[in-house]
Amino acid sequence: MSSKPTSSSPIKSTGLHVGEIKPGVAKKDPILIADGVRRQFGGLVAVDVDHVEIPRNAITALIGPNGAGKTTFFNLLTGFDQPNEGKWSFNGKSLAKVSAFRVARRGLIRTFQLTKALGLLTVMDNMKLGSTEQSGEKLSASLFPFLWTKKETEIEAKATEILQRFKLDTKKDDFAASLSGGQRKLLEMARALMTDPELVMLDEPMAGVNPALTESLLEHILGLKAQGMTVLFVEHDMHMVRHIADWVIVMAEGRVVAEGAPDEVMKNPAVIDAYLGSHQDVDLGTVTGRITLPKISKEK
Amino acid sequence: MDILGIFLSSASFILAPTTIAYALATLGLALHFGYGGLLNMGMAGFMALGAYGYAIGVLTFGLPWYFAAFVGIAASIVFALILGIPTLRLRGDYLAIVTIAAAEIVRLMLLSSAFGGVTGSADGLSGFNGPGGTVTNPTVGAGGFNEGNPIPEGVYGFVPFLDNERTWYLRIVGILILAIAIFVVWRLVNSPWGRVIKGIREDEDAVRSLGKNVFAYKLQVLIIGGVLGALGGLMLAFATNVNSSVYVTSLTFFLWTALLLGGAATVFGPLAGSIIFWVLQAFLGLLFPALASVGLMPFTTIQAAQIKFIIVGFALVLLVVFRPQGLFGNKKELTFVK
Amino acid sequence: MRTNSTVQPRVSRFISALGAFVLAFGVLALGTPAHADVVNAELPFKISGNVQNKGVGIPAVSISMTGPAGFVATVLTDADGKYTVGVPEKLADYTVTVDEMTLPDGVAVIDNPATEFVEASVQTVTVGPGGRTTMNFFIGQGERKTTSIFDQVVQRLISGINFGLMLALASVGLSLIYGTTGISNFAHAELVTFGAVATYGLVALMGGDLLWLAIILALVLSAALGWGQDAALWAPLRRRGMGLVQLMIVSIGLSLGVRYLYQFFIGGSTEQLPGSDAERFALFGSVTLSAIDIASMSISVILIMLFALWLNRSKVGKATRAISDNPGLAASSGIDVDGVVRIVWIIGSVLAGFSGILWAYFRPGIRWDMGGQILLLIFAATTLGGLGTAYGALVGSLIVGILVESSSLVIPSDLKYVGALVVLIGILLFRPQGILGRKERVG
Ligand SMILES: Nc1ncnc2c1ncn2[C@@H]1O[C@H](COP(=O)(O)OP(=O)(O)O)[C@@H](O)[C@H]1O
Ligand SMILES: [Mg+2]
Repeated sequence: MSSKPTSSSPIKSTGLHVGEIKPGVAKKDPILIADGVRRQFGGLVAVDVDHVEIPRNAITALIGPNGAGKTTFFNLLTGFDQPNEGKWSFNGKSLAKVSAFRVARRGLIRTFQLTKALGLLTVMDNMKLGSTEQSGEKLSASLFPFLWTKKETEIEAKATEILQRFKLDTKKDDFAASLSGGQRKLLEMARALMTDPELVMLDEPMAGVNPALTESLLEHILGLKAQGMTVLFVEHDMHMVRHIADWVIVMAEGRVVAEGAPDEVMKNPAVIDAYLGSHQDVDLGTVTGRITLPKISKEK
Repeated sequence: MDILGIFLSSASFILAPTTIAYALATLGLALHFGYGGLLNMGMAGFMALGAYGYAIGVLTFGLPWYFAAFVGIAASIVFALILGIPTLRLRGDYLAIVTIAAAEIVRLMLLSSAFGGVTGSADGLSGFNGPGGTVTNPTVGAGGFNEGNPIPEGVYGFVPFLDNERTWYLRIVGILILAIAIFVVWRLVNSPWGRVIKGIREDEDAVRSLGKNVFAYKLQVLIIGGVLGALGGLMLAFATNVNSSVYVTSLTFFLWTALLLGGAATVFGPLAGSIIFWVLQAFLGLLFPALASVGLMPFTTIQAAQIKFIIVGFALVLLVVFRPQGLFGNKKELTFVK
Repeated sequence: MRTNSTVQPRVSRFISALGAFVLAFGVLALGTPAHADVVNAELPFKISGNVQNKGVGIPAVSISMTGPAGFVATVLTDADGKYTVGVPEKLADYTVTVDEMTLPDGVAVIDNPATEFVEASVQTVTVGPGGRTTMNFFIGQGERKTTSIFDQVVQRLISGINFGLMLALASVGLSLIYGTTGISNFAHAELVTFGAVATYGLVALMGGDLLWLAIILALVLSAALGWGQDAALWAPLRRRGMGLVQLMIVSIGLSLGVRYLYQFFIGGSTEQLPGSDAERFALFGSVTLSAIDIASMSISVILIMLFALWLNRSKVGKATRAISDNPGLAASSGIDVDGVVRIVWIIGSVLAGFSGILWAYFRPGIRWDMGGQILLLIFAATTLGGLGTAYGALVGSLIVGILVESSSLVIPSDLKYVGALVVLIGILLFRPQGILGRKERVG
């Protein structure tokens, strides 16, 4: 199923689903399954997902207009928010009531739409923080350097290697706060990789990244798949989605309204409806770009 | 006007027990706020528990001073747990309000006549340092701090540190405790554990998303910093009587001033900040009244003695506005402090 | 020490925490009190004495005291039957009353040979130039005079509402400032003090007859102070994009500096505004009220109604609410955020200043740190209602006011603020967004 990525035209994984393609379609090898997950804010139903499965070792794009509930859905899946009802499981084990940090320890790592680089830590410290193997993070061990200095060197080597891939190695001693917005996105992704995740959930990883960097970011995402990871990412730019996603899930007003391979799903009337309402004459790729759709929601 | 005397008196605060007490509590704040990002506005409460725990341990339970000191420390740990377990999930500024309120609750309870038999209510407690207790009750205070004093009676040192055996004993014990505390904090913040808590300071959700148990770390930070506060309170109690009127909100604010003077995210800043704070306080507190008494300042001496507090307040404002990283903080950080 | 962060429900956690706390102090309380029971220890002068039956002190007798300028205090006698009450003024008369309900059955206060008053349980004492005086009560068989529980509750409720309205004036301002700028303004207490101190200063200048003018001028000065504070300090800091924590610490520094500045000017004593010793008249039973109380409550209500009208109807009021709702959106929809914030500072300062004047009558007395003494209650009220929501602050204030005043029916009066602070902490645990606030967006 996996393939070696090339920047011109990555090889797509196919045959991910079982049976007829419709919202909530079963997958051959799902890594994450959500069932009846619902989240209400006062009167507003932000997320109401009947059923959705994320295919293993593939790149899945989660798209939908602003305010569709994508970020909220991410929060629910990763334990940063609790749903009013619903079940969801990762690798067959339920994640309900599991706190965010335990979700992460199980191998489900997410990044945030509003980048959370740790500004007054150096880039290298940001990276080291991602490691899950440092016993010196325990209070009892922290006072005795001989217990953890060796591990520290190993972690540093691993971090340096990842930073090189993300072209951030020259910045490793700078404060993360000194990086540009795009570089911070990269750092956040690189840091997530330090945890050796199974499933990486990226919330708008390309937003605010300049076009030159976008190219390499896409490469990285494809690289993750090549290394055997699963990626679920939110993106507004349909051209990019088409370029790298193996599967696309479309959300609108909290529900999953369509699923399918990238080229197919774009033709789905439900999708066009969700995005455009009545303006059906506009090209989807342009409209769903970085321009915030007017008056659908207020994003913070 | 005795300028030399004023200088010498002020200089004596470099190593005064109160300065050491402030340095310990401020070090706790540095760990809380500077490294862990916890807005603890109730440090006075931790100090009060340290001081009263010790005093009550000696007076009410008749413990020797070293066990009584542990009562004070244990009280501060319990306080940190009671405070932390429910509130560490709250947003930063809420924590500030909760801690300040909790510290006031402690103070009001210590002041209340409802528990006067143990706390001495408004009179506070005294005579717990021994030896020999008080005149009316000679057994009270037996086993107090002074009984451990190995230094023979006499006056030692040189001006401005010309003091009797009791002060020297207190000073030496204080410096030892402070040195150990600074070493431990330095070790902690430069370890992977320290990296995690600094990460939490920057953005706890990000750290949580990396699989760290943020809540447990914050609780550890709150407890360790709180114990440092209790040690500060202990120092104050070793030095003199305890009275709830000392552990007011202003005390916490003074500690914050000392912290920001030295630099919040530094290990030696709290010591430096406390020394500067006290030496300046003493100096201005002596200088202005002296100037007023010889007619060089158009105020009464009482008014002149209060000017130093006004200066503290506005100095705190100016520090935060113009030098948020403190006198000894990393200059590089300043560019990004928001 | 890894702690599971989700399992235990909040309620039981809070209750167990509270239980531990109460237990800890309960243990402390077991020792019999050896010191005379003391309230208002911070006040400069003292009235003390004992309650005894044939030379034996009677513990836990409730003694209440009223004095000049509406001073009231309640104290319980200690194990030896002794009590001490700090009072604000010397060379003044105080009325000391034994609550006969709290005496052992079958006894009452009998005539003290040293005085000629008929009603032995109510005595008047004069605190002389020495600042200390003694009042002893002697108990024997006799008829007792009672204050009904109902009267006590009504009396407390009235002063609770009075106190709550006063708090409300301060807390709606704090809440508005928090809502529009995000600052947890610790220096709000000093705005409260300012109203009272300015009135005091102006009365000293112009004489007590022009009290009304002094109050108006003091409020004008308060407005100027609010305006100046924002113009000179907060607006520039906002423009620099300073973080909220830093702003909070700035406000703490400002609070300290200004507080001691007041002390510098008016000294450490307690001063009174003219009219604060207004006659109390009986309403029914033993419930009393003074003209000042009535004026204070009615003006508070009027001011709050005007404020609500402003917030709901005026353009600026609406803009204020829009900014509290979503500052980014408000700014991008063309609202002059800086201008509105400036007005909010002015209004907040005037309301706080007026609450300071009322506080000076309620407490009674003017002190350099009078605002600081209720700062936490103001915060409690604001948080209770939901930080940043003006109506929430109003509701919160009334709850805190009534709670504080009526709690002394069941707990020692020197712990009455503790109740409010415990509620503050409880609210933050169960409903951090307050009673009327909204939950904020995560992630
Ligand atoms: N904490 C919250 N409180 C109230 N409403 C919220 C909160 N979080 C999200 N929402 C609302 O839920 C809807 C979905 O938001 P979000 O998940 O951020 O959408 P997306 O990420 O798809 O753009 C929006 O209408 C948003 O305003
Ligand atoms: Mg989103």
